Amino acid sequence: MQLEASHINSHATAPPGRLPPAVAIAIAGIVLTGAGALLNLKAPGILLPAAWEALQNPSEAPLLLKGGLLDYLEQGWISSPFFLELASIQITIATLLSLFGILFALTSLVERKVLARIQNRYGPNRVGPCGLFQPIADGIKMLIKEDIVPRGADKTVHLLAPVVMVVPALLVLAILPYGPGLTPVELSVGILFFFALGATTEVAVFMAGWGSNNKYSLLGAMRAIAQMISYELPLILTALAVVMMAGSLSPVAIVEAQGGYSMGFIPDWFALTPWGIAAFILFFIAALAEANRSPFDLPEGESELVAGHLTEYSGFKYATFFLAEYIGLFAICGLAVTLFLGGWHAPLPVLEFIPGYIWFFLKLFALVLAAIWIRGTVPRIRTDHLMYFAWKFMIPAGFVIILAAAAWHYSGAGWLGWIIATPIVLLPYLILARGLSNRYATSGRTYRFSEG
Amino acid sequence: MSTTAAFIAYSVLTLVTLGAALAAVSLRNIVHCGLSLALAFVGVAGFYILLGAEFVGFIQLLVYVGAVAVLIMFVILLTRPDGDPQPFTFDRLRRALPGLGIALAVFLVITISIRTSESLRAGAPDDAGVSIEALGHKLVTSHLLPLQITGVLLTAALIGAVLFAMKEDNN
Repeated sequence: MQLEASHINSHATAPPGRLPPAVAIAIAGIVLTGAGALLNLKAPGILLPAAWEALQNPSEAPLLLKGGLLDYLEQGWISSPFFLELASIQITIATLLSLFGILFALTSLVERKVLARIQNRYGPNRVGPCGLFQPIADGIKMLIKEDIVPRGADKTVHLLAPVVMVVPALLVLAILPYGPGLTPVELSVGILFFFALGATTEVAVFMAGWGSNNKYSLLGAMRAIAQMISYELPLILTALAVVMMAGSLSPVAIVEAQGGYSMGFIPDWFALTPWGIAAFILFFIAALAEANRSPFDLPEGESELVAGHLTEYSGFKYATFFLAEYIGLFAICGLAVTLFLGGWHAPLPVLEFIPGYIWFFLKLFALVLAAIWIRGTVPRIRTDHLMYFAWKFMIPAGFVIILAAAAWHYSGAGWLGWIIATPIVLLPYLILARGLSNRYATSGRTYRFSEG
Repeated sequence: MSTTAAFIAYSVLTLVTLGAALAAVSLRNIVHCGLSLALAFVGVAGFYILLGAEFVGFIQLLVYVGAVAVLIMFVILLTRPDGDPQPFTFDRLRRALPGLGIALAVFLVITISIRTSESLRAGAPDDAGVSIEALGHKLVTSHLLPLQITGVLLTAALIGAVLFAMKEDNN
């Protein structure tokens, strides 16, 4: 009883930064269930054994806890199987939303701290110990700020844009395999689902840019859409190589194909093959561009476009865009973990006692940290360079990776595969890099000073 | 999925798709029309998914919403920079009549061809969902030539677009 109550309380009191109303409703639901459990005498008999079992068996813990909660609901509250199924879905959704909401709050703080570290500053350190409560302060600030809609704006489109932006970002979380048996929706075409929903964000960006009736917004949206369409191709091409090797579009099957260790300690992840490492690097670069992260954040290039399609957004609408962007980053990093880094599999056989979902989130967080690191160290690139890079380097390289994956597959995926596939990846890379860099050689910078 | 849930999903999808399609042809602002069309595409994708054709549904979303709808927006903005709303009036009903007639004829032909189609009489196949593996095998075995011709066509279109966009003066 005590244990369960404290678990519920921690959900209620850990204020999760900038959350959409849906999360607030979900958390309110959890709190209400907890309060109901306190009043219902049957609760301890059902919930406590489930919690105890979950503690003893951490790798199955989320499923056991959910099962206990459902048992309790079945005996105390809900009798119809239809509503019971609905409740089961709701529990999964609430858990995912609060988890990623908390991760979002955490990442916004970590990002500011790490960037500050890179730039030799302190970063946020006023709110709470080590600035730990900064996300809460930010969230409150965003909530109480005035929501300004420009007079010339198309009010409906301006209002709907953040909604259309956040929905696909949240929906794609459903197909990621967080651990063995922990895939919210096991879709046989999961990878396709991810890219299909990712494509709909372009419409949202257009709505934001056009609905604001501001030239900076529109120009920023146009840039963002052109960038997203261009970088979707290398993203899909590299994912295609993985789909070919795993023989399935299902994320679960792809993760399962990466299980096991060669020579007893090297994990069989796709990132540890000659084509896989190249594909992973390309995928991560394209993912940064797709998530509008630095160095590809020029849709929001403040030196030229104010804030791109976000220029005319303030208060909670801006926060919603911000949330969608971060959830999108988590989702695409999660997909990178699924496709290349072995999903829930442990990097070493001796570490397999740690539950799979912990590995998944550790890898996810490592990729997010890498994205922050890149943001702190790489300057923003110019818009024409961005397009050249996508169409003249990334896409040919993506095709080469598919070729290398096929060579790796047909040469037995062993040492012969390394000998054949490595030059197939490296030679075109060298030719492309040399050829393109000669064509766009940087010349000496000429300085012009005012005369007089 | 239970029958009730399927019925609810079907009703909602029908309302959304038809409403969005109506809005796409009747709204005054052409950008609103384009956005409504995108919503109608989403609704059609929903129908595919409801029918168990998930692959087709998501491809519909990827191609029609992610590419075609966005292309339509681009074309609207590039060709009509003022973007002034065009009044929608019935005062030219006489002019609209041939259009309506053609639309009706096309609709009739589609309806008749669907009603008399062989596949409708064959009934639903035992295997509800077509696996992607089967689809892929068909594509690269019995339908290889159409696939390659489509590829050549698309490549030609891409090269054509690049040629159009290329700068003429090269100095």
